[in-house]
Amino acid sequence: MVTVSLYHYLFVSTILFSLGIFGIVTRKNAVMVLMGIELILNAANINFVAFARYGNFGFQGQLMALFVIVLAAAEAAIALAIVLNIYKVFSSVNVDEIDRLKE
Amino acid sequence: MLEQYLPVFIVLGIAIVFGVATVLSSIIFGPQRPTTEKLSTYESGMKPVGTTKERVSIKYYLIAMLFIIFDLEVIFVYPWAVQFKKLFHEFGISVFISMFIFLVIFEIGYLYVYKKGGFKWD
Amino acid sequence: MTLYDIIFYLFALVTISSAYLVVTVRNIVYSAFSLLFTLFGIAGLYALLGADFVAIVQLIVYVGGILILMIFGVMLTNKITNVQIKTGVFQILPATIGVGIFGGFLLAVLLNTNWLNLNVKDSPATTFQLGQLLMNEWVLPFELLGIVLLIALLGAASIARK
Repeated sequence: MVTVSLYHYLFVSTILFSLGIFGIVTRKNAVMVLMGIELILNAANINFVAFARYGNFGFQGQLMALFVIVLAAAEAAIALAIVLNIYKVFSSVNVDEIDRLKE
Repeated sequence: MLEQYLPVFIVLGIAIVFGVATVLSSIIFGPQRPTTEKLSTYESGMKPVGTTKERVSIKYYLIAMLFIIFDLEVIFVYPWAVQFKKLFHEFGISVFISMFIFLVIFEIGYLYVYKKGGFKWD
Repeated sequence: MTLYDIIFYLFALVTISSAYLVVTVRNIVYSAFSLLFTLFGIAGLYALLGADFVAIVQLIVYVGGILILMIFGVMLTNKITNVQIKTGVFQILPATIGVGIFGGFLLAVLLNTNWLNLNVKDSPATTFQLGQLLMNEWVLPFELLGIVLLIALLGAASIARK
């Protein structure tokens, strides 16, 4: 077997990205859609850290991964708060049933 | 590089082996004479009420959300704080000022949430 | 095949198989717990790439924070009478075909590009390097991130009021 290189990490992140998109387009529950988004962000993060290791950018890739993690956390907190408010109004978090802007 | 992580893997291995071994050995070697009294959730305590799929209060959610955002703040303070002397030696007083601005921006949010009553439990 | 390779394949297997479970299992609580293993595997990959600080941050923020919020979200948005916490799915077949084509295309591009493959030696002090970048070149993004987090705090306080 070949030794682990940049391509192996890229392969893992691509699979993760595709699975994230699959989760977003097939799930009805809004919380599950958020989980798909987390998968996609993590796939991008693996790419950043892998390129930081194998390229010649120094530590900027790792710093960017840190920024992505922090922004993803802030995004998840606010998005879940919005989902909770949606549940209060519609009594359901299925994204295909939430189709009204106003009563 | 991997040698540095060897202790982590050893601890991980010990944790897994210990957890699995204790549960398995009590299943294998322990005598099993179950009675309805022994199988109840709290054997000599109160009777459990309701299901385990209880909904949590939304107050917990607000606290968890505020916790995460302050958690994120600490993540940026950490690489600054552990190497403050070296950084100060290298860049001078600007290291202190930039972190001070960051924390002041955060304090504004803290005061807002405090005013709004976000930290009150009831 | 060195020890490094074996650990990489182990973490990659954990990551991908649990990510597959996240998007396919019908019970939301099970998929939230699979997400735990995915995030843990990704933290392992970061550690293998020499990014120890990022790995620890991944564990603290994702596993200790976001996942808890996700499970709170699941618990708060399902009716008590609905004992089986299931989620509906739709458009499985078109999604599989589309994602398959997209993923294959992406893989073909990534694997056929001749990336710079230096494999730099990792320096022991990642944390110091990150702090140095944060205080030097990246100080403006750092302050802007403070403002973004401030806005997130304000938004959290005003959205989640009772």
